[in-house]
Amino acid sequence: MTATVTTPLSTSRRTWRRFTPAQRTGRFAIYLLLVIAIVTSLRTIEVIPEFLYDAPDQVVDLLTRMWPIAWTYYPRGVHAALLETIHIASLGTLLALVLAAPVGILAAHRLVPLWPINWAARLILVASRSVNSLVWALIFVGIFGPGPLAGTLAIAFRSIGFVGKLVGEALDETHAGPIEALRAAGAPWRSLLSFGYWPQVKPAFWSIALFRFDINVRESAVLGLVGAGGIGMTLDAALNLFQWDRVALILVAMFFVVIAAEISVTQVRKRLL
Amino acid sequence: MKAASVPAPTYAFPQSRAAQITFVLLTVYVIYALTQLDVSLERVGQGLEHAGRFLGKMIPPNFARSELLWNGLAESLQIAVLASALGIVLALPFGLLGARNLMPSWVSWPARLVIVVARSFHPVVVAILFVKAVGFGALAGILALTVASIGFIGKLFTEAIEEVSAKQVEAVRATGAPFTSMLAFGVLPQVFSRFIGFATYQLDSNLRNSTMVGIVGAGGIGGTLFAAFQRFDYDFVSAILISIIALIMAGEVLATAVRRIFIDNATLRQLFRGGTPAHDRPLDDD
Repeated sequence: MTATVTTPLSTSRRTWRRFTPAQRTGRFAIYLLLVIAIVTSLRTIEVIPEFLYDAPDQVVDLLTRMWPIAWTYYPRGVHAALLETIHIASLGTLLALVLAAPVGILAAHRLVPLWPINWAARLILVASRSVNSLVWALIFVGIFGPGPLAGTLAIAFRSIGFVGKLVGEALDETHAGPIEALRAAGAPWRSLLSFGYWPQVKPAFWSIALFRFDINVRESAVLGLVGAGGIGMTLDAALNLFQWDRVALILVAMFFVVIAAEISVTQVRKRLL
Repeated sequence: MKAASVPAPTYAFPQSRAAQITFVLLTVYVIYALTQLDVSLERVGQGLEHAGRFLGKMIPPNFARSELLWNGLAESLQIAVLASALGIVLALPFGLLGARNLMPSWVSWPARLVIVVARSFHPVVVAILFVKAVGFGALAGILALTVASIGFIGKLFTEAIEEVSAKQVEAVRATGAPFTSMLAFGVLPQVFSRFIGFATYQLDSNLRNSTMVGIVGAGGIGGTLFAAFQRFDYDFVSAILISIIALIMAGEVLATAVRRIFIDNATLRQLFRGGTPAHDRPLDDD
């Protein structure tokens, strides 16, 4: 009879918690999973200790072999390969834009209100994104033989999923007003696309294209390791011959190309959007 | 003099001169680049013949060497987990030091430089250097992906911190709190949910790349995949590819679950009952 009365003192002692017990259980489960994953990985990972002991020596050896950087090799062996890498990245991106646009349209339920087609298109996009560009490169080297053609196709096929998914989402988020107005005026579907949807997704489309180009410059630099052309092939050759001074030159060249691509993408984005 | 001035037709969507010029320039570039890359219809035609045979050899996938497959996948998973943990822990101080609203410029510039360098190289290129430094095996892969994580999370974390609202920071500072309390109560709560987004995204990305660093000898399933390609074991290749895709998709499901719990405050029951994911992945890439 007395315990039911809440005194002002006991209310002030109420504990305030941000999350409900159920929410806290969920968070705890993730933390637990994280700890288990890290501990089991640490216990089972195979690290060869002998290799680790001479790591400092190896690093010193690496740096002394890299210095001085073989600058004179640039005009002879690196310049052409670097240009090839840029061509692979830009052609791959352009091809991806051309191929991804129809798939993105088919994936957008607003434009193609048929679920089987939407799902089929999304399956293509997921498959393209799940396979790494190096794996695409291995596949295309197997098909077309070593060379920049395999690299270009690898970049394009990896980018289709990325571009198509984002374009599809942008199309699904467009406003219905302009499209209904066009439809009411009796516009054919091509006009719907070019005057109803395109002006609305244009900024998103170019932004996605620029972003993907930036990524593709980085990725096209390694495709040569599996024979798909570009600077990676020069890197592979230098590595196989242990010409570390050339490797250093190639790394510096890659760094500047990536930075230049990033700066130009930022500039174009500023002008365009 | 007749003033029958016919009004010029006006268009709702006039053709932009700049767009036309860009289109022409792009076309010229494509033709030039195609000649540079030595691409011809003949080669494409030959390739399509190969493609048929190639796909024929990939089907059916051969899971006979399952032990090799499992060991490779397990090692990739270990690399991804450890590299993400290490990378996230190391990215935090670099991200904090790089934030220009918290640090003086002589601290933020070196930290930003480290982040830029770490981000510029593909993880596979970094893995080559670590293979030389610490030898073949999983350790090189872990270190390479750690560098990649520092570059990516460090950049996004720096940007997130630079965008925090100054009001809460000043409120904490006005109570006379020391710098560490200002970080813990003024800055970090504002960026926590975005940080979870970056971290799950990076785990996902590390998982994708941990299946690739093996190509240069840095551990994981990539070495097995590359060897199978070189031996033309295409049925084993397709088995490995299917396993990698399954692993990556499982990782994506897990990442979505973590985001649902930490960002949307979902409970485990809500998670399993399903529903529309409120937060989609950020711009994805590996």
